[in-house]
Amino acid sequence: MHITVNGEPHEMADGATLADLVAECLRSDKGVAAAVDGEVAPRGSWPGVALRDGQAVELLTAVQGG
Amino acid sequence: MSDELVLAGEKLGSRLILGTGGAPSLQVVDEVIGASGTALCTVSMRRVDPTTAGSILDVLSRHGVRILPNTAGCRTAREAILTAQLARDALDTDWVKLEVVADDDTLLPDAIELVDAAERLVADGFKVFPYTNDDPILARRLQRVGCVAVMPLGAPIGSGLGILNPHNIELIVAEAEVPVVLDAGVGTASDATLAMELGCDAVLLASAVTRAQDPGLMAAAMAAAVDAGRLARLAGRIPKREHAHASSPTTGMAVL
Repeated sequence: MHITVNGEPHEMADGATLADLVAECLRSDKGVAAAVDGEVAPRGSWPGVALRDGQAVELLTAVQGG
Repeated sequence: MSDELVLAGEKLGSRLILGTGGAPSLQVVDEVIGASGTALCTVSMRRVDPTTAGSILDVLSRHGVRILPNTAGCRTAREAILTAQLARDALDTDWVKLEVVADDDTLLPDAIELVDAAERLVADGFKVFPYTNDDPILARRLQRVGCVAVMPLGAPIGSGLGILNPHNIELIVAEAEVPVVLDAGVGTASDATLAMELGCDAVLLASAVTRAQDPGLMAAAMAAAVDAGRLARLAGRIPKREHAHASSPTTGMAVL
């Protein structure tokens, strides 16, 4: 299935979860938060969030700012 | 004399709050945190870049400073609320520096969106620190909806113009029931001192330090400036007079 991750196209196996996606894209999920289609997906819920074709995922973390 | 800053029930060891934006590297962030003695630093939430080495979180953790995530770049209450919720989940803090700005040229707060976002974030359990205009009435509204501090600007973000309307800052301080943090506009040490002399409880600055020619030196200057202004505020300045007032005795003068 096609997922958009931080604006970039990303292929995932059908049935993959948000936890699978994070593990595939990032070396560490420390300090990372996720939104799926504009809604917060709490960190503890990731293993249970089944992704669907066409969804947009944003993975954010803290950077220098303010 | 114990004179600790208390924000949202937490004691902080410094009245200087440091933004980490604008520093050319994490090494500079590391240096200015050490030199400033700050106990609270802001960060922004952005897309993860897997190619980036090092993390601002590691630097902050090493110094033991508290994190204040901001909602910089958000233009609407909806965006700001979502960003705050993501920051809370990522960083395990319910503190948020709420920024909802109207455009890139001024970076001035959009008052309508700001109050809307503040009210909804407070209802969602956040400790909201709003970056606001130097408007006493807006500051009052933000307190009414439950913000734990108000953070009026001295001048537009990154402008270094200092405190353009000291009278309004004094008005905000005079009726504030929560801490007042002068946020944005500080260009050099005397601006930070003035903020404290006007009665602000703390100063939040970034560019003045991170973009200075010698960031570490300016961080030390800001720490001294905030302390000096605080002491002067507590000491109580003399009234301004139109005419001179001799400090040497006026009696006992010799006839020469």
